[in-house]
Order: sequence, then structure tokens, then C-alpha cells
Amino acid sequence: MSLWEYANPVKFMALSGRVLPVVAVLSGLCLVVGLVWGFFFTPDDFRQGSTVKIIYLHVPAALMAINVWLMMLVTSLVWIIRRHHVSALAAKAAAPIGVVMTLIALITGAIWGQPMWGTWWAWDPRLTSFLILFLFYLGYIALWAAIEDNDSAADLTSILCLVGSVFALLSRYAVNFWNQGLHQGASLSLDKEKNVADVFYQPLLFCIAGFVLLFIALLLLRTRTEIRVRRTKSLLARERMA
Amino acid sequence: MMPDLGKYAGSVLSAYGASIVFLIAIVVLSVVQSRRAKAALKDVEDRRND
Repeated sequence: MSLWEYANPVKFMALSGRVLPVVAVLSGLCLVVGLVWGFFFTPDDFRQGSTVKIIYLHVPAALMAINVWLMMLVTSLVWIIRRHHVSALAAKAAAPIGVVMTLIALITGAIWGQPMWGTWWAWDPRLTSFLILFLFYLGYIALWAAIEDNDSAADLTSILCLVGSVFALLSRYAVNFWNQGLHQGASLSLDKEKNVADVFYQPLLFCIAGFVLLFIALLLLRTRTEIRVRRTKSLLARERMA
Repeated sequence: MMPDLGKYAGSVLSAYGASIVFLIAIVVLSVVQSRRAKAALKDVEDRRND
């Protein structure tokens, strides 16, 4: 069995129909456990006070904002190289989820930044590259909506996705090579010294798992919708021809 | 039950409120679009089979 078999819409619909309810339930469970644990049962940080609780939304949303774009990059490359329609539709389906994740990261970041940095916003490398990533998401969705021919839309949005990937990577690594920013380095690290304390880390892992699973569930649901819309359009076109 | 959020209560609650609203919005939007697409396809397929 090959992964490419799932580029067949019929096989994709059959498999995703079975997987979707399981992923959706797991996502809900992880989010409820992580957010309730983090909000109600973790202590305040000695420096940041109760604002540390924003980490359970800000970090998973920011992680997803970047990784959704990278997933779109992979599916766009698959479209460009192998011309699998499900792949292009999956990229299209992922973009609105990425917008929401980026928006949550930007808004929670601003709300967190105001009491900690004394400002809602700074033209810091990470914040700025995140804002540009948000604009790329909007541009990507607008481009899909603006082009009637599906294959041309998939081609052009794939190219836009390749260009935007620079900002997706920049928003992840900007703090490492531009030191003048307000934003600190990554909250999560394999180095125990640099990682957040266990008391915050454990519920954070549940929240990250919840966000990843929510993304997968929404991606499957939205890709199934795109396949159905495409099928309806093609049947209507055949009706008109007959 | 509600933890004491101290002077940052407004910030923490507004971050949670805004995030939960956006998450619910994308879930509801995706489900509504999915139902509409399913119904539209069923209509066309039923018409074809008649």
C-alpha cells in the first residue's frame, strides 16, 4: 500500500470518514484536560504572575500557525510535482485554520505583552514576521477565491506558499539570529535548563496535542468539504453540457 | 474554584475569551460549510439518479 493511494478522492473520503470522529474526540479531550489543568491547577509564575496561564493558548497557537503553513508547503509541492488534486485541496482547506491560529497567537501575544513588556506591540523580528505570515495567509485565501480555474488557482497559490514559507521559518527562527527583539527564545527545549518548569510543561503538552489534533480534525473535515464542492461543480457542469 | 488571577485577571480572561471565540468560530464555520456541501452534492446526485 502506498501513501499516494490516498490522493484518490474516493479512498481519501473513506479513510477520513473513519478517522475524523476519533481525532475530533481526542482533540476535545486533550484541550479540555490541558486548558482546565493549566488554568485552574497551576501556580502563578514568580515573575509573570497569573499571565503565565496565557502560555497554554499562545504557544500551541503559534506552533500551529507556523506548522500549518509548512504543511501547506508540503502539499503545495506535492501538487506542483505530482498534480494530485486532493493535495491542492488540503492546502486550500488548511489556510483558514492557519489564519485562526496566527490570529490567536498575535492577540494572546499582544495581551500578554502589554503587562510584561509595557506595550501591546513592538516591531520585533518575531512579531513582525508573524504579522507578515498572517498577511500571507490572507493573500493565499484571497488568491484561491480570485481565480476561477481550479488548476490555475492551485498553481499560483502553491507558488505563493513557497514564497511565504520564508516568513513561516523566519517567525520560528528570527529570535535566534536577531537579538534586538523583545520576544524571548523558544519556551520549549530538549535542554531541561532552558525548558519551562515541569509544572507548566505538562499541561502545555496536553494543549499542544489538543491543538495538533484539532488541526487534523478540521483539516480532514474541510478537505472533505472541498472535495464535495469540487464534485458538485463538476456534476453541474456535466448537467449543463447534456 | 476560580483561581485568584490578581491584577492580571483582565489580561488572562480576555486572552482565554478571545481564543475560545476564535476556536469555536472556525469549528462552527467548518461544520456549517461541510453540511452545506454535503446537502448540495446530495441534491445534484439525487437529480442525476431520477
